Amino acid sequence: MDQFIASLADGLLLGFVYGLAAMGLTLIFGVMDVINLAHGPIIALGMFAVFFLGPPGLGLHPYVALLVVAVLGLIFGAIIYFISVHRILDGPHLSSLLSTFSVNMMIIGVGTAIFTTTPKNMDFSIGGLAFWALNIPFTRLVGAFIAVLVAAALYVFLYRTQQGKAIRAVANNRAASELMGIPSTMTLALSFGIGTMLAAVSGAIIATFFSFSILSGGVYELKSFVIVVLGGLGNPTGALLGGLILGALEGIVPVFLPVSWVPVIEFVLFVLILMYRPNGLFGGGRS
Amino acid sequence: MKRLFLFVILSTITALVAACGGAAPEPAAPAQEQPKAEVAQEEPAKEEAAAPAGGEEVVTIGYTASKTGKLEVPSRGQTRGLELWLEQVNKDGITLSDGTVVKFDTKTYDDESAKERVQSLYTTLIEEDSADFLISPYSSGLTDAAAVIAESYGNVMITTGAASDATYKKGLTSVFQLYTPASRYLTGAIDMLAALDPDAKKIAFVYENAKFSTGVVEAAKAYAEEKGFDVVLFEGYDSETTDFAPFLNKIAAAEPDAVMGGGHFNDGSTLARQLYEKNTPVHFLALLVAPPELQFAELADAALGVVGPSQWEPQANYTKEAAAAAGLEWYGPTVAEFAKAYEDKYGEEPGYHAGGGYAAGVILQRAIEQADSTDPAAVKAALDDMNLLTFFGNVKFDTTAESHGLQQAHEMVYVQWQHDDQGNLVKQVVWPVEGQSAEPIYPLPR
Repeated sequence: MDQFIASLADGLLLGFVYGLAAMGLTLIFGVMDVINLAHGPIIALGMFAVFFLGPPGLGLHPYVALLVVAVLGLIFGAIIYFISVHRILDGPHLSSLLSTFSVNMMIIGVGTAIFTTTPKNMDFSIGGLAFWALNIPFTRLVGAFIAVLVAAALYVFLYRTQQGKAIRAVANNRAASELMGIPSTMTLALSFGIGTMLAAVSGAIIATFFSFSILSGGVYELKSFVIVVLGGLGNPTGALLGGLILGALEGIVPVFLPVSWVPVIEFVLFVLILMYRPNGLFGGGRS
Repeated sequence: MKRLFLFVILSTITALVAACGGAAPEPAAPAQEQPKAEVAQEEPAKEEAAAPAGGEEVVTIGYTASKTGKLEVPSRGQTRGLELWLEQVNKDGITLSDGTVVKFDTKTYDDESAKERVQSLYTTLIEEDSADFLISPYSSGLTDAAAVIAESYGNVMITTGAASDATYKKGLTSVFQLYTPASRYLTGAIDMLAALDPDAKKIAFVYENAKFSTGVVEAAKAYAEEKGFDVVLFEGYDSETTDFAPFLNKIAAAEPDAVMGGGHFNDGSTLARQLYEKNTPVHFLALLVAPPELQFAELADAALGVVGPSQWEPQANYTKEAAAAAGLEWYGPTVAEFAKAYEDKYGEEPGYHAGGGYAAGVILQRAIEQADSTDPAAVKAALDDMNLLTFFGNVKFDTTAESHGLQQAHEMVYVQWQHDDQGNLVKQVVWPVEGQSAEPIYPLPR
């Protein structure tokens, strides 16, 4: 029982961060029907950004550095949008897949050349919480808290601000929103920027407790796809819940089976959801 | 106009990526490779040397290195060691009895830590680059793939950084292992635990699902059970694992006295770090590959007390006197000479991967001297007859048909990270007792 509780807690805390990463992917899909295959490397860039801004680099506190990472992620996303997404937005899906995959390869190529693939460690510890069966590092607790905070901020932004409403309008009907005077190109760039920002921030949070290299984002990109399908394509809130489900699975399954069964179960679930609930457990949607 | 601008930007970025040598599928530019023109100039010298009496013969050594990917750290040390040997041996070359001076050229490619790339790259090294002798890539998995190619072309391959026993039990005749085989990697750690704590009874094995580490822990598990230990957990993890929480929870539930396993640097250092962060209650932690690496000290307090089997350490007590006492031939530089040369060149203390890279060259050098020829069959026969002590330890190869080339004489040492008088983390040799540079810390300071 102790092992079950400890594993579930570990899984759920990580699930919040998985959910945050998946929110970026699902937001971009929801607004512009683009599956961003550069999602993984952007997560990895977020890891490197907090590493170089944080104690091993410029010396900022990692959680302060997260704010800078968020701004950099937003700008970087807008740049990617204008360079590789904007022109093929109305083309077939394959064009956007190839285009974002090219960005993926460029980031990994340049990242490998600059950073190599030697794993980096933040060497950042703020103690832990030990009671009953639980022994949880504070970095994971704070990571989960930040993930919830960012998810809440995104919700408020999308539903309570003019820019957020503009994003939702463009997602629902771009032509009509343009007729209403909404600058769709800038709105789409902002959406892509926010999606990228969420990926970068989730990467930065992960870097505070796991080692990483430029190749590390691939794992989280795969998890994000599973979560997005679980939560419903284009549904950011569903993504957060999907992240929690995946995290809980990753925590609970190893209590009863060897850990190597976890990806098998995850991807069987992925296929089952695609077959029987293609809109996800919480329904697909537009932001 | 805008399309043209976009095209120019994309072309520039693509060119930058290509220039940086990112993750392109083509072989990376050989680190030691000379420009084609220079290689071409050497060809006549090579042909000239084939004729006896006093010429210079340039022998090509081919190998792949993991310049990218998960094996980058240990592979870098191995490559540096080999490059240092090349630099030193090429100063004077090897003089054969007919006056021919043998010098070495190298051809190398980045195998990206990928087993799938190794066979085609070694084929290229042999067929296109005309490599005369081969040095293995780093890791058992990659070497196992490369060894098949070496054998099929009849090229002598010295393997280093590759401990798996299985490779040498396939009837190969051209492949010679420098490292202590995997089956003997953790047995000393089990002996050490038994000596430190006679009450310790439970061991958990958590290991990377890879050829080398699986071979090590299977042998160690059998040895532990033979010694009366109870193996309470025996589970592998994927090579790319970064979250060990499920394993830590299983370890906590099994309440072992010792945890052993790991696999390579990335996963091993992450496992050690997370065991420390979660304050998982274990008294003894022995991991493969990672602890002997200098970068392991970056884990700070999480590294303290962690034990690792090492093929060699700078504190190793291999001397000419020891060779004489054991009735063995001594060959090559002393431990201090190698360590100083390495530190002078690279500015850091050599680890065992670096020592292995250098020693692979030394073994080949001695075999060519003994054979008095660069003929593969003669060099192979010299390797079969070899039984010598170097700075890296005793080297003697199995010559039976069942396990030809398997290392028979080399022994492991066990290091542990401890604090020195100034509070800095330093590696100490703690096992075997006769080679100790410090008393082991037990239990783990947690």
